[in-house]
Amino acid sequence: MRLSLEARERPARIMTWASPLLAAVGSVIGVSILFAALGRPPLTALYVLFVAPLETLDGLAELALKATPLLLCAIGIAIGCRAEVWNIGAEGQFTVGAICGGGVALALGGGGAWWLLPLMILAGIAGGMAWAGIAAFLKTRFNAHEILTTLMLTYISIQLLGYLVHGPWQDPDGHSFPQTKQFEDDALLPMLIEGTRLHVGALFALAAVPFGSILLGRTMMGFRIRTVGAAPAAARYAGFSRNGVVWFCLLLSGGMAGLAGICEVAGPDGQLTPVISPGYGFAAIIVAFLGRLNPVGILFSSALMALLYLGGEGLQVSMQLPIAVTGTVQGMLLFFLLGADVLINYRVRLRPARAVAGVARHA
Amino acid sequence: MHEVEIAVAIAVATLRAATPLMLAGFGELITERSGVLNLGVEGMMLMGASVGFIGTVATGSPILGLLLAMLAGAALALVFGVLTLSLMANQVATGLALTIFGVGFSALVGVNWVGTPLQGLSTDIWPSLSTAPPMVQQLMLLDPLVWVAVLLPFVVQWFIYRTRAGMILRAVGESSDVAHALGYSVLRIRYFAVLFGGAMSGLAGAYLSLAYSPMWSENMVAGRGWIALALVVFSTWKPLWLALGSLLFGFVTIAQFQAEGLGLALSPHLLAMLPYIATIVVLVLISRDATRLKLNAPAALGRPFHATA
Repeated sequence: MRLSLEARERPARIMTWASPLLAAVGSVIGVSILFAALGRPPLTALYVLFVAPLETLDGLAELALKATPLLLCAIGIAIGCRAEVWNIGAEGQFTVGAICGGGVALALGGGGAWWLLPLMILAGIAGGMAWAGIAAFLKTRFNAHEILTTLMLTYISIQLLGYLVHGPWQDPDGHSFPQTKQFEDDALLPMLIEGTRLHVGALFALAAVPFGSILLGRTMMGFRIRTVGAAPAAARYAGFSRNGVVWFCLLLSGGMAGLAGICEVAGPDGQLTPVISPGYGFAAIIVAFLGRLNPVGILFSSALMALLYLGGEGLQVSMQLPIAVTGTVQGMLLFFLLGADVLINYRVRLRPARAVAGVARHA
Repeated sequence: MHEVEIAVAIAVATLRAATPLMLAGFGELITERSGVLNLGVEGMMLMGASVGFIGTVATGSPILGLLLAMLAGAALALVFGVLTLSLMANQVATGLALTIFGVGFSALVGVNWVGTPLQGLSTDIWPSLSTAPPMVQQLMLLDPLVWVAVLLPFVVQWFIYRTRAGMILRAVGESSDVAHALGYSVLRIRYFAVLFGGAMSGLAGAYLSLAYSPMWSENMVAGRGWIALALVVFSTWKPLWLALGSLLFGFVTIAQFQAEGLGLALSPHLLAMLPYIATIVVLVLISRDATRLKLNAPAALGRPFHATA
């Protein structure tokens, strides 16, 4: 007897939603083994990772704060993935958004003008769009693959930020620390809950959920995106422009990542530093897949991922575990999800070893 | 005479910078020739870099360190293989997951080793070093892995085009159905190719942490895995072009030192952008001709294979 996979006639809908749960269970087991291997009591560590951050108002506010950039980036990424447009450079668009919006804050802050914050936000969105637009141009004009170009642009943007905060934008009174001046008060986003760090950027992120759902499910553009991704030949036959979809997806996801970037520096940070993101743009890829490339699903998966960030910080403080635990757990979660997803299209069968040989086909 | 010495110095620095790209690039080239696209090169290199470093410091033997690094790269590649080959997961998403996991796990494994000093790979393999002319000495001081990388293009070229195993590999990558019908085990061959790619990525990472800059720090591969991936596309899956591309990139990478030599005072941050900009330029140049790319790419690249009963 041996295990074999048998193709289902149609994808199992229930497995689409059961597979993230399976993945979560698998990850909890994997993480427990990891903690045991690191010499920490697994149950206590799990408690610190998943439960402790949710016990206080402050913890919940921090959760929403961390979910904000993840949600914004992931919804943009997911819409692209629906059309098989792989924007994996959200981290770079996030950075350029922060640079552009932050530049406005540094140049015009302190005047108390009502239009300063809207202008910063627009600059952030425009920066992210422009950065992703480079990849869209290279893809549509020269056929250069967006996975590699968006990623290279990420490395470039991080060096650009490094150049600015070490060079022209460095705070002259900052004891030569690589950072800009603190933004003036009128260039900081208003807080949502007194006494916490939660700012109005969270509302943008929440608004992105219905925006993404309606766009994908109820508009012509959404239909085009889904068709180009699921059935490229049908999309060509229907006369949908592949290039148009590439431009749309990259500009949209770039703009959302740029918005996330400016919200991050005009929110909790209040200045530009060489490292403004603990990998939100990359983690958002996991968030997008974990949420089934569906905006509502992404709302939940971004909360889960934010919890991992918070819990990871908690582990660092209370159990002296390195912050890299977070990335390890994130990667593990995605592994389990991708593995469990096989159950959507295949069922597992036990069959005698002899009967297994046979015809081949592409899945 | 002075110019010649500078030229030799630049050539040596170029070779050193090209070595990790070649090692990882040839691993990925073999993987992709079997029809599998593994985007996890960066993650596997990082695992190789940390495990290779720790192994060398802990055992005192660089050889053991290198072997452990190859094992670490192959172990991560095995995870990729199980997910994409046996469970038919999306190769792009799984590759990304591999990189995200590798970045985190290598940092976790190496956290207590940041800042540990290491002497670096021994370059003491040639006799009569001190009696050779200075320029030859520079070449002789290159570490052994550089020589492995120099030989690699020719070995891989021979393997792919001149051996039976290489032909089967190409058949699996071009048409898995036909190869299967001929009686070759598509999955087994792809597993081998994926594991080889992982081991080579691990070796490339260990070269960085043991020889190129003997130390371990988080994320020290700094995108070289992705550049290696871009180079495989640039080479249109041909070994000798991959070698050429790697050398070109090695040259761009050391632009920093060249600029200093020429008296240019540019910010190190701006100079550090150069390899990434060059990658984009190269990609654009090579991708413009979509037909040529399509003709040369392994036809089954990225497609899962499932033999049904």
